Amino acid sequence: MADVAARNPADLSTQPRSGLHKLMQRKSTIAFLMALPLILLITILVAYPAGYAVYLATLNKGMTRFVGFGNFEFLFGRDTFWLVVYQSCLFAITAVIFKAIIGFVVAHFVHNIPSKGQRKWRGMLLVPWVIPPAMSTLAWLWLFDPSYSALNWLLGFFGIEGIPWTGEAGWARFSVILVNVWIGSPFFMIMYLAALKSVPEQLYEAASIDGATWWQRIWYVTLPMMRNIIAITALFSLIVTFANFDIVRVLTAGGPLNSTHIFGTWAFRVGIEGGDIPLGAAVSLFMVPILAVAATFILRDITKRGSEV
Amino acid sequence: MADASIASGAPSRPKYGSMSRDRTWALRWSYFFLVLFAIFFLMPPIYMLITSLKTSAEISAATNPWWISNPTLQNYIDLLSQNQFLVFFRNSAIVSICVVILTMMISVIAAFALARMKFWGSATLATGVFLTYLIPETLLFIPLFKMFAWVNETLGIQLMNHWWTMIILYPTLTVPFATWIMIGYFASIPKELDEAALIDGATWMQTLTKIFIPVALPGIIAATIFTFTVSWAQFLYPLAFTTSTSELVLPVGIITTLIKGDVFNWGQIMTGALLGAAPPLIIYAFLMDYYIAGLTAGATKG
Repeated sequence: MADVAARNPADLSTQPRSGLHKLMQRKSTIAFLMALPLILLITILVAYPAGYAVYLATLNKGMTRFVGFGNFEFLFGRDTFWLVVYQSCLFAITAVIFKAIIGFVVAHFVHNIPSKGQRKWRGMLLVPWVIPPAMSTLAWLWLFDPSYSALNWLLGFFGIEGIPWTGEAGWARFSVILVNVWIGSPFFMIMYLAALKSVPEQLYEAASIDGATWWQRIWYVTLPMMRNIIAITALFSLIVTFANFDIVRVLTAGGPLNSTHIFGTWAFRVGIEGGDIPLGAAVSLFMVPILAVAATFILRDITKRGSEV
Repeated sequence: MADASIASGAPSRPKYGSMSRDRTWALRWSYFFLVLFAIFFLMPPIYMLITSLKTSAEISAATNPWWISNPTLQNYIDLLSQNQFLVFFRNSAIVSICVVILTMMISVIAAFALARMKFWGSATLATGVFLTYLIPETLLFIPLFKMFAWVNETLGIQLMNHWWTMIILYPTLTVPFATWIMIGYFASIPKELDEAALIDGATWMQTLTKIFIPVALPGIIAATIFTFTVSWAQFLYPLAFTTSTSELVLPVGIITTLIKGDVFNWGQIMTGALLGAAPPLIIYAFLMDYYIAGLTAGATKG
């Protein structure tokens, strides 16, 4: 195929061509030019800023002097920083686990019902994923309102005392995780549903004949068959959840007393609102290790599957 | 279906009809839990709608929050007659449409080059595209903030506090993913198809526009929907880079202008949030299958 492409235009024309023109006719040159906008975009607006963040993190507040690891040392000495580290990990890990469980369970229920109605249910259950997160978090903020909370009204209806959803540290942490689970589990549901449909029916029949209970069928047939999808979806979600901004920003803005700040929102508070750009850059760089680990695993999975094909 | 196996696999002797009876019960339980989950998943948007149809007086009178006694469209009328809100809507619409066009042009052409016309470093670039997709905007907004200041100092172009800056910024979020989806779709097209076109004397551009784009149209639609949804919903970049009310996009505009100090006009906030959520929801309602195809393609293809 490659030769066809390269020779074709040259053979048809009999005029002599300049070196540049020949270069322009070569397949690899054309391909490179076609990918050039992408390369420029990635280099200027993603790769360069990512590297620049490292440089920025080594400057002092006025960005006039190189301070090496000064910003990091400063962060390590602050209690708020460790609070943010703790909250980021708690937020991301708890949310991903619950999203995965709820997604898995709901996918099973959707898979159970006749396929005629599946489309309707799937469509309804994916709605949280479609609404812009900042907008749906506003609805949650209103549901959590201290004085007019509609959720507390419902609880009161059943005789349960109202909950300070965003007012108290523990509950505020619960609330941001709840909203994140609400937004993210439909994505897991869709991914797992697609994976469930790809498990051959014969495997279940064979398991049934061997006398497997429904739990054994899930444990020995469904989960092994879906292992790849479960892992890759969880890793994707871990990255996105760890780097979350919208939910925490709108729901609690980090409060009460910085207890719900995660790296993204705290970097915004320190870097943009507090005017200390190098410190903000240093904070956001702490996301890199966990992102790198997750990305490595995802890439390994993808290249492995690529070579199998 | 999962529970049906209990019948067939249970050690006790299965009676006639118990299998189908278990199946109906499994089905009933499935529907029961699906209804519960649907209530959980749909509660906030429904509550948005309920609140948006209430008067301020009814909201502040602590009556049953889930019931509307005097439905009114006043919130919608107030909001849509506000010039400010229409400006947010216009900014969001122009930004999203431009980003969609820009993203699709860049990513379809680049994906074609990466999927079919191998060149030096193309495999590395494909991996790089995927890696960029994994770099979150929370990592980039601070260096970008500083870079914009530098651009202003040296080139004299003020990128800060302009809605059109978002047209430059959003493609960093959309292009890697769109390219990644399109590489997957293009790679699944049989090689014979474009070989035949090349033998017939088609140029690379003709192969792309006459063969690849029509064949991969579902993928292109999925990528387009995704791009639109992402650029419509983006919150961090406009929050960090725009401040004047005339330059805000919808999500940021609703949050920064309707929430004034301690006075929360929840009727209007919910109306704004619902109107802000409407365009992606409408697109989703009509093109759900493409939407889901794009969602699953991102992680499963490749």
